[in-house]
Amino acid sequence: MALSSTARLPAAPPAGPASPARRPGRLRRRIAPYGFLAPFFGLFAAFGLFPLLYTAWVSLHRVELQTSDRMDWLGFQNYTRLLSDPFFWNALRNTFTIGVLSTVPQLLMALGLAHLLNYRLRGRTFFRVAMLMPYATSVAAATLVFAQLFGRDYGLINWVLSSLGVHPVDWQANTWASQFGVSAIVTWRWTGYNALIYLAGMQSIPGELYESAAVDGASRWQQFRHVTVPGLRPTIVFTVVVSTIGATQLFGEPLLYEGNSGGGISHQYQTLGLYLYEQGWTFFHLGRAAAVAWVMFLLIVLLALLNAAIAARRNRTDR
Amino acid sequence: MRPPRVRRSTAALGSAVLATALLLSACSSGGSGSKDSADGKVTITVDLFGTFGFKEAGLYDEYMKLHPNVTIKQTDTQDEGQYWQALQTKLAGGGGLADIQGLEVGRVASVVQKQADKFTDLKTLGIGDVNDGLVPWKGAAIKTGDGKVLGAGTDVGPEAICYRTDLFQAAGLPTDRTELAAKWSTWQGYLDLGKQYAAKAEAGNAWTDSAAGMFTAEVGQQKVRYSDEAGKPVYDSSPAVKTAWTDATALVADGLSAKLAQWTPEWNKAFSTGKFATLSCPAWMIGYIKGQAGDAGSGKWDIAAGPGKTGNWGGSYLAVPRTAKHPKEAAELIKWLTAKEQQATLFTKQGSFPSSIGAQDAIKDVADPYFNNAPIGQIFSESAKAMPAQVLGTDDGVIGKAFTDALGEVERTGTAPDTAWKHALDNVKKANGN
Repeated sequence: MALSSTARLPAAPPAGPASPARRPGRLRRRIAPYGFLAPFFGLFAAFGLFPLLYTAWVSLHRVELQTSDRMDWLGFQNYTRLLSDPFFWNALRNTFTIGVLSTVPQLLMALGLAHLLNYRLRGRTFFRVAMLMPYATSVAAATLVFAQLFGRDYGLINWVLSSLGVHPVDWQANTWASQFGVSAIVTWRWTGYNALIYLAGMQSIPGELYESAAVDGASRWQQFRHVTVPGLRPTIVFTVVVSTIGATQLFGEPLLYEGNSGGGISHQYQTLGLYLYEQGWTFFHLGRAAAVAWVMFLLIVLLALLNAAIAARRNRTDR
Repeated sequence: MRPPRVRRSTAALGSAVLATALLLSACSSGGSGSKDSADGKVTITVDLFGTFGFKEAGLYDEYMKLHPNVTIKQTDTQDEGQYWQALQTKLAGGGGLADIQGLEVGRVASVVQKQADKFTDLKTLGIGDVNDGLVPWKGAAIKTGDGKVLGAGTDVGPEAICYRTDLFQAAGLPTDRTELAAKWSTWQGYLDLGKQYAAKAEAGNAWTDSAAGMFTAEVGQQKVRYSDEAGKPVYDSSPAVKTAWTDATALVADGLSAKLAQWTPEWNKAFSTGKFATLSCPAWMIGYIKGQAGDAGSGKWDIAAGPGKTGNWGGSYLAVPRTAKHPKEAAELIKWLTAKEQQATLFTKQGSFPSSIGAQDAIKDVADPYFNNAPIGQIFSESAKAMPAQVLGTDDGVIGKAFTDALGEVERTGTAPDTAWKHALDNVKKANGN
């Protein structure tokens, strides 16, 4: 829809005197869109497609960063080795648990916040802008602040806990606590962003639906459940897909949480992204890092397809 | 399986592609040197880790006074692991390297065997003799099989124990350094005294910072640690590693560790808050303590000969990468910085123990006011005298980190020592790509 309407735009008659150059002009106009698109596809080929294919090629070799002018052919050995590496499965498991720990509460909170923001509030614009502030903060800054808050000996959170008489927690060494810490950063950064997307979706739901629901005696909670959520379904599917991809690629937060690529002393919060980075830039096995990159890529494609399938099925059952 | 093939051109291209993202930022800072040669002025960039102390000891200022056309710019990464990682990335891409790069002793075997072509042979810069006056093993470790000299030795790391006299007093322990040195002449003695301390000290006030510190110090006392003379890895069976592991895990079991990971912000903070009473102290740690504990710590610290009376932990080299903008000027600066006079100054002001024999003779009577006027010259000279000529392997850095990480698990998550030992071996395997 959107595409065809924008494509028709240049075909509108030109404002000035157009008659003499009419024919070549039409040809130019037909080619012009491709010309405008070309830079993107050119850049994509150079910086997107080529690295992708080259990474695939590298993943079939033994390449070490320290001697990177040598490439020894391995076939699929990097991949088979990967699948038998307990650290890979550990990273996959962590990516999943951190993904769930961060995405699920994040989206639920975003939905609730958007619902609240959708009411007539005083200072609505202020709240909306404020929601986006965490998203505008850099990962590095946010993570460093959170790492301080979660500090074992001098962190604010442990200080509060111990003043409440609770035993302080080692937020970095303990498996669940550290995964919770990383998830908290992700949740903090992205909740507002998703809330604004939900808000945009909510505003396209016709007001009459709410009015008639109110006339029928539906409470605000019932309105939320029976009007807002069904109306938002496409938006929710979109945010779930985007968040899933984001969670699969999670990297900056766990890397900076303690400042090392191992993901904690026992790799307890090492994600796939960190595992890739560790293989490539800590242990200097570029070939194996490339294999991890491709496995992650395939995993994301798989997850996106799965999401699409679920969404399609739900749409079908609705009808 | 198909036989391995070597493809050079595509690989070079590939390494560039793979490194591009990480290098983009680094490259921009590397270009500063080119434009300043026009008016005869030269900016020499120096990239180091930890605390080398050149700047703190005023050596750069002195050199710039002697050479008005030279400006020295230093960048610094606290954690050597992170520094090494960044250095390798830059070496692979060939950009963003400083004129002078520091190298830790645990990494030099790897540099000599795998990356000799990435650094300039100091002989070609006219300072091939720069290591001649040093303890012999120091120069030998950075020389390639075909005689290239890839770096100049700065300091070595003879070991002692640094301790807080105020905390010792509060716990009713003696504070005299000779008496203490006698009590902890063995690691068992050190643990026993620790138990006495723990019984009387305030809660939250541990005997030492970490099991890792003790482990590294103890392993550093043996000639063969992680690899044998033939270059074969022996970390899983070497008596040095086993003994140090047993002692370090006993330290944790006795509750003597503050459970701090070294080189982290929490560790740094603990220097000033007095969270631990003792610390394994290679000579260069003196400068680090001064930097972290600051003026408020002056007079609170003291230093005594450590268990085993000897050992080597760390010590560094200065090298000139192939891509250096001003290799000649860098070589001159290196020669000056590592000359015996400057090594002696560095020890007096910062505590980094000289590898130059001439400087070692000159600093025997140095005392440090920050450490209650402890005779650091005498203590570290005694320790250096019996220092082993360590066998260095290509993976020493990686192996050492695997074991100290595993000790972190034991102390912070309560993992059983046997399980953590297995983790350490797994981590070495993972790093080596087996």
